[in-house]
Amino acid sequence: MTDMIELNNVGVTYPNGHTALQNVSGHLHSGKICGLVGVNGAGKSTLFKAIMGFVKPTTGAVKIMGQDVRAALKENRVSYVPQTEEVDWNFPVLVDDVVMMGRYGRMGFLRRPSKADKQAVDEALERVGMRAYKKRQIGELSGGQKKRVFVARALAQGGQIILLDEPFTGVDIKTEESLIALFRSLAAEGCLILVSTHNLGSVPHFCDEVMLINKDLLAYGPVETTFTEDNLARAFGGMLRHHQLIGREIHDDEDARGVTVLTDDERPLVFYGEHGGKKITKHDTQDDRSNQDD
Amino acid sequence: MTELLLEPFTYQYMVKAIWVCALVGGTCAFLSSYLMLKGWSLIGDALGHSIVPGVALAYLLGLPYAIGAFFAGLLAAFSMAVIKQKTKLREDAVIGLIFTTFFAVGLLLVSINPTSVNIQGIILGNILAISDYDIMQVVIISVVCLCVLALKWKDFLVVFFDEGHARSIGLPVQILQVVFFTLLSAATVAALQTVGACLVIAMVVTPGATAYLLTDKFGRLVFIAILLGSITSALGAYLSYFLNANPGGLIVTIQTVLFLAAFLCAPKHGVLHARRAIRRLKKEAVHG
Repeated sequence: MTDMIELNNVGVTYPNGHTALQNVSGHLHSGKICGLVGVNGAGKSTLFKAIMGFVKPTTGAVKIMGQDVRAALKENRVSYVPQTEEVDWNFPVLVDDVVMMGRYGRMGFLRRPSKADKQAVDEALERVGMRAYKKRQIGELSGGQKKRVFVARALAQGGQIILLDEPFTGVDIKTEESLIALFRSLAAEGCLILVSTHNLGSVPHFCDEVMLINKDLLAYGPVETTFTEDNLARAFGGMLRHHQLIGREIHDDEDARGVTVLTDDERPLVFYGEHGGKKITKHDTQDDRSNQDD
Repeated sequence: MTELLLEPFTYQYMVKAIWVCALVGGTCAFLSSYLMLKGWSLIGDALGHSIVPGVALAYLLGLPYAIGAFFAGLLAAFSMAVIKQKTKLREDAVIGLIFTTFFAVGLLLVSINPTSVNIQGIILGNILAISDYDIMQVVIISVVCLCVLALKWKDFLVVFFDEGHARSIGLPVQILQVVFFTLLSAATVAALQTVGACLVIAMVVTPGATAYLLTDKFGRLVFIAILLGSITSALGAYLSYFLNANPGGLIVTIQTVLFLAAFLCAPKHGVLHARRAIRRLKKEAVHG
């Protein structure tokens, strides 16, 4: 478990005076899936941009595997999977063209693909189950397939750090399951996977660690101890739907346990246990999942 | 008959006009493949008009026109970028504001100093009367543009398709963008000579747009666009001999005719193909 990303007191203030991020510190380790959770405008994408070198932190510094961001990017350490809405799907590129772009950083001046590059593209497409769609124009794919193509590009690039921006938006459940399994195996191989999401329900199921931000870093640690109702309340304020069913409302006996449902979109986050479920139980199995689905 | 068809080639100025047009047409077509994908087509138009004051000033000062044009183009591109960044105005408003301003300054300069510049030559292009000195400028510009694009077309593609990814693989995104717009400014300067400031826009949009209807693969799109751009430009210059017409107008008209043909008949994205496909589906629904 080595340090992959080192955030030292990172703060970003844009030229218009808006401070998007301040005092964010933390060490992100290999072999983990880390969820980056916060409301819209909390600085999730700014933190991504700082890690990718899009914006220079006005205070503090980001180090990637002990290097400056720029040097680390040159060595293809970081792969980025964009949000589906960020991509122009009318672009005249085929699926394998997109995945091949993942290899460009490793090619020579003219970007002529070698045999190894072609093989890496095929393997990446195989791994996400998209090899049969190699010669399709990207706009002809379904939401889940589109996402898988860009994950394949990240695989072909071979970075040890993978940044995912809202990976499950507009993706069908089956693709979501297979992507989660894929990310798990990548983490097991020693990658760090950083996922920005507002899809709270998938966090306990999917992430090992969680980073809650709202300009400041509110909490960072293992999901079991950090992804609590109290912390979420601090991160989201009153911006979540909040349902609580306690004691008599769901039981006919004297059982004091209750259910708390927190959601801002498709998949609700469910707490269940004594006092409305202040403590989280980590879900890893399929059975738990099906209970969470709405 | 053959003699008549070959007649233009007996005049040196026609031969020059034809191959210079083909060269410029190919260069602009290469750039058009990128521009129309990003919704930046109008920037080509804006640059075409914005370089007029640069040309006028260069003539006044006795400098090569390409230098004046080039700096005016860069200045226009730079002012557009600054205004867009500092205000919340939309892109079309910024482009409209800048290029009319530049064009107006250009007209003003020329009207104050009417003898020194042939403004019609700038606005409408005058490839048939192009001097050897100007040809040299156009050729240098085109060859440099084509070389840079041919070597780095994949890098430009990644930058335009997905900036985030381009950064993540360590490409110098900002430098590539500056280089691209520098090339574009230079190419519009060259196109100014062949079709004139008003029609530059067609040269940097139409070939790419036509090719877009014909293929889904960017490499092929560039190839088709260059082919279309250079052939239509050469053909336009050639036909202008017989019709005694303005070559710029002819070139752009031919390009538009080809666009319409692609619009109707393209194998996958054409209107007729879509109709056929719908009819087939309906038939299947009835029979099956």
